[in-house]
Amino acid sequence: MSRTFLRGDRRRFLARVAGAAGAMLLSGCNRLSQTEWFPRILGVGEKASAAAAALVTSRRSMAQEFTEADRSPQFRSNGTSNPDSPAYQALAAQGFAAYRLEVGGLVAAPASFSLAELRALPARTQITRHDCVEGWSAIAKWKGARLAAVLDAVRPTPDARYAVFHCADPMEADGSDLYYESIDLDDARHPQTILAYEMNDAALPVANGAPIRLRVERQLGYKHAKYVMRIELVASFDRIAGGRGGYWEDQGYQWFAGI
Amino acid sequence: MPTTAERAPATGYLYRRHSLPVRITHWINAIALTILLMSGLQIFNAHPALYWGKSSYAGAPPWLEMGALQKADGDLVGITRVFGREFDSTGLFGASNNRAGAPVPRGFPWWTTIPDNAWLSMARSWHFFFAWILVLNGLCYIAHSVGSGHLARDLAPTGADWRGVGRSLVDHLRLRHPAGEASKRYNVLQKFAYLAVVFVLLPLLLLAGLAMSPWLGAAWPGWVDVVGGRQSARSIHFIGAWLLSGFVLIHVFEVAVTGLWNNLRSMITGRYRVGGEEGS
Repeated sequence: MSRTFLRGDRRRFLARVAGAAGAMLLSGCNRLSQTEWFPRILGVGEKASAAAAALVTSRRSMAQEFTEADRSPQFRSNGTSNPDSPAYQALAAQGFAAYRLEVGGLVAAPASFSLAELRALPARTQITRHDCVEGWSAIAKWKGARLAAVLDAVRPTPDARYAVFHCADPMEADGSDLYYESIDLDDARHPQTILAYEMNDAALPVANGAPIRLRVERQLGYKHAKYVMRIELVASFDRIAGGRGGYWEDQGYQWFAGI
Repeated sequence: MPTTAERAPATGYLYRRHSLPVRITHWINAIALTILLMSGLQIFNAHPALYWGKSSYAGAPPWLEMGALQKADGDLVGITRVFGREFDSTGLFGASNNRAGAPVPRGFPWWTTIPDNAWLSMARSWHFFFAWILVLNGLCYIAHSVGSGHLARDLAPTGADWRGVGRSLVDHLRLRHPAGEASKRYNVLQKFAYLAVVFVLLPLLLLAGLAMSPWLGAAWPGWVDVVGGRQSARSIHFIGAWLLSGFVLIHVFEVAVTGLWNNLRSMITGRYRVGGEEGS
């Protein structure tokens, strides 16, 4: 056999090895994604990111705020745009006059708030950027009651660690699987964390979460629960729905949505 | 595989070209970058459009967008829009067959993404895990390169290098490569390429990646504007990823045309043959 043949042969062999390696990588990554154990290893990345994020910020680090001119001409409605439930539709038909936000769980003084009562609480107005996990961003002006003020009113007990937001929008066509989200109490007490009742100087539209949506500005869009009906203070969210602290978290999305 | 008897007679001599830390970090890098690119394309697919500025609604349409149209006869057509110009990109961008052979709307096709089906949360898990691997591996490489003198000895361009840039460029285009003793050193374009990737392109990719994080944006409010805002960061991250892929393509091409086997062996066992059949 000639030398050139050997070199060509070797090259073809290596090309085949490279091709096979590519195919193995693809199918290997797919198979690993389907296992129970491998995504848990990948989850180390999420923990490392959360720890690093905590390291370079403080509890009070403020999300960037923008000018009126930066506001997006339209603010996209993503996910639910009009909750398909008789109870919500009845509330909306009367302009949410009968709406009451229930706050309970691990608190000393459970309470409920009408929209007027929420509007009477210390408020904050902020122009912030909403970053969807899909990749797009939109900027809008929000006004709402500071969640810290709500917590001060109900007085969480020392074992309360998370605030869970129970929403009106069913995620299944049969009306089940209500949207929910959770944040820790550091985030809940953050100055920019508000229960927004206004967007761009007008009452919050139904498409964007009327009458109340959470704004938790240092995290991705899916944390900003719309149509909030009830806030529950808990020590752990293990027993709520899928146990991972949110509707999208139960589908595999990261609970720490700061990245 | 050729047998030992058939192997070309090896002349010249073997020497240890790459240190163990360089070889280990090289291959970890190769794996991490491949996974980062492919999981990144899956993440891009969740919203296959790129913008400049702070938001996606700053007034201008996306500078790059992939979409799908359903024709009257039911066929799915992939459309790619770049700087306002539209291209039919069916089968590649915007619309392509899924693994089972059914046409679906998606940015990049299944065989370029990790995982292959549309699965954003899983792609994010892969991406952020291997981003940590890449960064830690890169820090190890830089620490080793500085500490061992690899950076100053092998990567810093010499005066002769600077004077020979033009000749080296012509040599590369003609696929003429240093042989013998000269093949033991990185040539000047190689040095420029490695330094640009290690100290400019990868840090820029990392910075643009970090600029997309709403939490890190709060570390020093306003710093994201340094890269033009979050949507610019996403565009820069995307462009940077393809520049890096371009580097890898050229790198692999150069490896192949300057003695594939000899080069590969030197990055696995460390040994490189100077002169003789393999050395070229």
